[in-house]
Amino acid sequence: MAFLEFKNVRIAGVSAGVPKNVASNLHPLDDDGVSSEYAPEAFVETTGVLERRISDKLTTSDLCYAAAEKLVDDLGWKKDEIEALVFVSQTADYILPATACILQDRLGLSKECYAEDVALGCSGWVYGLSNVASLLMSGTIKKALLLCGDAKKRAVGPRDPLFGHAGTATAVEFAEGAEGFRFHFGTDGSRYDAIITPDGGSRNQVSADSFKLEEIEGKKMHRMQTRMKGMDVFAFGISTAPMSVKKLAEHYGFDYHDCDYFVFHQANMKMNNMIVKLLKLDTERVPSCMYNFGNTSSASIPLTIVTQLKGKFENKPTKFICCGFGVGLSWGTVAFETNNIVISDLVEVDQMEDRKWI
Amino acid sequence: MKTLEEFVALFAELFDDTDPSEITATTVFHDLDEWSSLIGLSIIAMAVEEFGVVLMGDDVKNSVTVEDLYNRIISKA
Repeated sequence: MAFLEFKNVRIAGVSAGVPKNVASNLHPLDDDGVSSEYAPEAFVETTGVLERRISDKLTTSDLCYAAAEKLVDDLGWKKDEIEALVFVSQTADYILPATACILQDRLGLSKECYAEDVALGCSGWVYGLSNVASLLMSGTIKKALLLCGDAKKRAVGPRDPLFGHAGTATAVEFAEGAEGFRFHFGTDGSRYDAIITPDGGSRNQVSADSFKLEEIEGKKMHRMQTRMKGMDVFAFGISTAPMSVKKLAEHYGFDYHDCDYFVFHQANMKMNNMIVKLLKLDTERVPSCMYNFGNTSSASIPLTIVTQLKGKFENKPTKFICCGFGVGLSWGTVAFETNNIVISDLVEVDQMEDRKWI
Repeated sequence: MKTLEEFVALFAELFDDTDPSEITATTVFHDLDEWSSLIGLSIIAMAVEEFGVVLMGDDVKNSVTVEDLYNRIISKA
């Protein structure tokens, strides 16, 4: 049973960066990969995604960088106190090196810094949080940044109207006596092809054929783009997320209904509404940001906290359950309490500083 | 357990623009004008809610009539 508990760690703050540019799903552009199967209105009604933030220039690390700078500033943290950085994304800057290494330097962190990339999607924030918590719990490293998100893709192609771009920062610190985090994790690799980008890895190397458009579930896309077995993923989400929340509560002996907020990965509205219904949750305690930001992969939980909960909970003890689930297939649920937490204003990024990258 | 008739009524409710009289146990639902994969998601949601059954995409894709779908759900219940 994949349960984990880490004490003496706490979340100090959360921030999120998104492109300033808004794309509307009611008025799709030529390069939006809209399905021929249904009207834009039907898509918005079913998925709950009216609009999302996208940029053809800003990478995930650009957005995470902007979010991290803002958060570190708001917290008043000194850069040289941050000795660990975990970057969770499936849209890294380069195939190699790890983007976390680039961000160590770009953020001006000390070279005495643990840095790694984690290649997970919708479950990624919860996994990344467990990595960071495990690094901090012994107290030798005191402060860490967890940077999560997905944005600009590896290859140009018709854009999926479900997905938005976002990069987030979660500041986690050693805090003697803190209750910490309780996790439940799971993986089902037998369904690795439920959400997959087939080409561009070493199994199917990139070639001219990788860019030939194919028709997948009514949408035109090539093999460097992510395809999804929508109904299977839907069935997975509505069965696995409630199961994981229940398992966590049962294992640690608490009533999940006592939580103040339930923040689920923002998959799509139909899926999330069903999860809420199956867990019999009070919808007022289940914030959602997909209407304005779409599905933002590993950024969706922190982005929801920043855009929907800022000003509502920072300075009082607040219990959270957060659950991420998706590509892998992979899932994770975490329970924790916050108090005296800093939530930064949403950072809207227009363009990055003029810096030459290879 | 719900009957086939009750299932057909629940199935018809998933459509906005299709008259319920058009939908019977023998309807080839993939041929309905309003059919789309979005309605496929509604079917999966309804199966969980009303029957406690998790259908996969292939269960929906490989069913021809509304009754086929009902039989798949019953076999998993």
